[in-house]
Amino acid sequence: MTDTAIRDDAELIAAIRRGDEAAFAGLVDELTAPLTRLALAHVPSRAVADEVVQDTWVGVIRGIDRFEGRSSLRTWIFQILLNNARSRGQREKRTLPFSSLRRHDPEGRNEPAVDADRFQGRRGEYPGHWARPPVEWDSPVERLAGDAAREVMLTAIANLPERQREVLTLRDIQGYSAEEARNALELSETNQRVLLHRARSKVRAALERHFDSEAGR
Amino acid sequence: MSTAIDEMTCREFVELVTDLIEGELAEAKRVEVEAHLGECDGCATYLEQIQQTIAGLRRLADADDLPRTREQALAAFRELKRTN
Ligand SMILES: [Zn+2]
Repeated sequence: MTDTAIRDDAELIAAIRRGDEAAFAGLVDELTAPLTRLALAHVPSRAVADEVVQDTWVGVIRGIDRFEGRSSLRTWIFQILLNNARSRGQREKRTLPFSSLRRHDPEGRNEPAVDADRFQGRRGEYPGHWARPPVEWDSPVERLAGDAAREVMLTAIANLPERQREVLTLRDIQGYSAEEARNALELSETNQRVLLHRARSKVRAALERHFDSEAGR
Repeated sequence: MSTAIDEMTCREFVELVTDLIEGELAEAKRVEVEAHLGECDGCATYLEQIQQTIAGLRRLADADDLPRTREQALAAFRELKRTN
């Protein structure tokens, strides 16, 4: 957000209602990137994501006079975007690579961060400790910036349950704080953290499989 | 690696990594987690990989050119606000 942006909701809402374009533009500049990334967590292409974002702004302009302030302005805008993006994503679902992997548990809460078989069982020398510990990645900075790792991450993200994908997108790709992500997605503190934990664990596991196989492990 | 029965296992450690990074562990738990980290190479590597993963995810944002829709949004604002 820029220094000149209006932070106070009531003031900002009033400005947009009376047609203050600079106030609206400030909001557009602040939110278009996170809104687009969040749309991309649901729809298959950038073109469709742009349409969803545009529809969201039209919804905001049309709805601002009736907005009652039960949530914060930004939460309201994110909820408009999410409704648009989720229903658009449902419609286009057959074209999405992750559609076949949809689960009964959309939040994916009951999964360990690391496969149980990586740890020693009850009869092991040190039960619960690593049986196959992770091996350090070679030149991680360079390789994580490469196209191959990028594809691995994008595929892993596409395979995440919906809520995990939303949280990871705002927290780790967009760089939102926990509080900003909670407000945008209307999540409790604990839920936000659990979803983020599961999502990060799975992306790490995908990268590990990729790097290990490149190293011939 | 320690043999003490009441000490944290690696399996427990990996579930606390996000709480640790987010600074959401209670003091006593944090001390336990850091003690485990100090003597377990596998978990130190695991934590490092989670941090590398986060850095890698952040770089996905550098790769896309956002946003493209600003002018469209402002055009809609002008149009809809004028006809109101
Ligand atoms: Zn350990």
